Amino acid sequence: MSQPVPLGVESRREPWYLRLPVIADVRRSVGLQRGMLVTGLVLTSILVLVAIFAPLLAPYTWAQTSADGVSFGTQQPPSAKHPFGTTVSGFDVASRVIWGARTAVLVILAAVVMSIVLGVLLGLVSGYLGGWLDRILTMITDAIYAFPSLLLAIVMSIVISGGQSSAFGGIMSAAISITVVYVPQYFRVIRAETIRLKAEPFVEAAKVTGAPVRRILFGHIFRNSTRTLPLIFTLNASDAVLTLAGLGFMGFGIEPTSASEWGYDLNRAMADVSSGLWWTSIFPGVAIVLSVLGITLVGESMNDLNDPRLRRRRASKKATSADTRGDEPTADAQEVR
Amino acid sequence: MSEINSAGGPGSPQNGVLTTGPGVGQLVPPPSTRSRRRGNGLYRYLLVRFLLIFPTIFILVTTVFFLMRITGDPITAALGGRLTPDQLAERRHAAGYDRPIIVQYLNYLGNIARGDFGTTYSDNQAVTKILTSYGSATLELVLYSLVITFLIGIPLGRLAARNRDRWPDAVLRVFAILAYATPVFFLGLLLKLVFSVKLGWLPVSGRISASGEVQMQQILNPTPFYLLDAIRLGSPALIGDVLSHAILPALALGMLNGGVFLRLMRTNLIGTLDRQYIESARSRGVSESRLVTKHATKPALIPVITVMGMQIALMLGGAVLTETTFEWKGLGFMLAQYMTSRDYVAVQGIVMMLAVIVALANFVVDVIAALIDPRVRY
Repeated sequence: MSQPVPLGVESRREPWYLRLPVIADVRRSVGLQRGMLVTGLVLTSILVLVAIFAPLLAPYTWAQTSADGVSFGTQQPPSAKHPFGTTVSGFDVASRVIWGARTAVLVILAAVVMSIVLGVLLGLVSGYLGGWLDRILTMITDAIYAFPSLLLAIVMSIVISGGQSSAFGGIMSAAISITVVYVPQYFRVIRAETIRLKAEPFVEAAKVTGAPVRRILFGHIFRNSTRTLPLIFTLNASDAVLTLAGLGFMGFGIEPTSASEWGYDLNRAMADVSSGLWWTSIFPGVAIVLSVLGITLVGESMNDLNDPRLRRRRASKKATSADTRGDEPTADAQEVR
Repeated sequence: MSEINSAGGPGSPQNGVLTTGPGVGQLVPPPSTRSRRRGNGLYRYLLVRFLLIFPTIFILVTTVFFLMRITGDPITAALGGRLTPDQLAERRHAAGYDRPIIVQYLNYLGNIARGDFGTTYSDNQAVTKILTSYGSATLELVLYSLVITFLIGIPLGRLAARNRDRWPDAVLRVFAILAYATPVFFLGLLLKLVFSVKLGWLPVSGRISASGEVQMQQILNPTPFYLLDAIRLGSPALIGDVLSHAILPALALGMLNGGVFLRLMRTNLIGTLDRQYIESARSRGVSESRLVTKHATKPALIPVITVMGMQIALMLGGAVLTETTFEWKGLGFMLAQYMTSRDYVAVQGIVMMLAVIVALANFVVDVIAALIDPRVRY
């Protein structure tokens, strides 16, 4: 990574910043670490590609029960025509799995973008201004943080959609539900960074030259506090897939006719499982696992590679020849969810 | 004894292995961020921490109340299409939903302070009664799953720590990530598919078989736990029945935390194995395996357990999903039921009560953490 040095010229290339760490990480990683990172990147790319090219890849649409006037039939086992079989409602499982990737990616993007924007804004303002606003915001986000995230998402989805929804409404309500859960995380991190940076000389200097608060916040503090964002981004993205699936599984997802969603499909597959039909649950389930796995592997590896504490640790351990490729922040990352 | 003291004590704080640790740990709400003042005594910390429960609960209750009211009142939601507008208005008036929202809110706060979380519409039960009758089932499930978590976490964590950076460690690491990446309900369905449907070894769902339930009703003062009751009846068949129903749900939920536990265990064991008292024990000729099992495990467990305590919120969410998967009639299962019947008073009540439980549990965990580890209190 090009190091978090506060140089205005360098940080102007914002769009590159999100990609740069990943490439740098791959080059820096070794052994198992590299294997994990590369596997994660491959799985994540597959997810994104499938999401983008879903119309080309999927044999049918997500809500199609017949083609050329011929009904698919319900609960058909996998065959040449339906490689993953059909569901109890007569949908093609393969198509629903493929289209489900699009729903998942859309929800992740919407949720993460919204929570970053909100969390960063609140964190910057709260950390910089301090005072009672800071206290209240911290207390509220702490309270939300302590709340079981699935329950919070359920409450939000009742609020937003009343439990049932169209494609756009469903995706947005899932995304907003997840956003509410994640805003506190971004808030905490950005707030902590802001408080640290507030005391830095370059912020003082900006103040002295009479820069407006807005410029100090976004031009000086924000640009230097984004170091940890890609990391939380990946951790949240994987968690978002799980929350979305959990919502769908509880029956609060997206209507099957408006979009395809893996968690909902698993919910419908519950009865199938009891009667021994495996294809309706295995395929959407594996899709969830692989998506979460891919994103988590990327996040974990970046976590390991980017932790300054770890780098120090590694260097000092080399002298004593005991290399702990320290998993400890990984453990932290795990407990975060 | 000495090894416990030297590891649990203030030891070497720069070795951030223990407890929550920094790093991404910033995301974890460390109890300490709330009271930053250093040099305070234990009592002061406990008092502040205790008082903080109230604003937390207050904020949660307020947030949930107003959120649920944005969409309208519960009566319209539950009975919407089924009654005429006049009847609806009448019902709303009778329940007080036509009063100003602030009045309703204050009223609701008052009710909660008296322990009244409302009455469900679909089956006209007090929400608190739902908690007492179904909460125990959830608690039982969570306890079983904790057993699984420990059974997975401790031995595998030891294995990983002893083989640090060799292949067993790598395999276990991937296993832990997989355990995280697999949603509990998918794992539950898989287990069901294999062990109940294909192999037919274990029951598909529920807490107990129908015949077992009949037997259970003979008990005069039933305990909240089926297993205890079965043991009291002294019927091995019944005990087997209860346990066989519990295995798969406990496995599904236990795996969720098992992966986390394993890694925390590994990390903390590696931390404790670096300590000098281990070195000195090794120099006295204590075998490697005994070092891990007898000397390092206990001190390593202390921080792991406090961190696991902070996972309560996660575990409750997991329990909700597990119960739905296995039709385990606990709070989560009921929550799902009430959600489908759009009984939002029940949903709101259960959600709020779970929030209160989480807030209280977090407090207890913080207290335990403070008692065990003096560093938490700063």
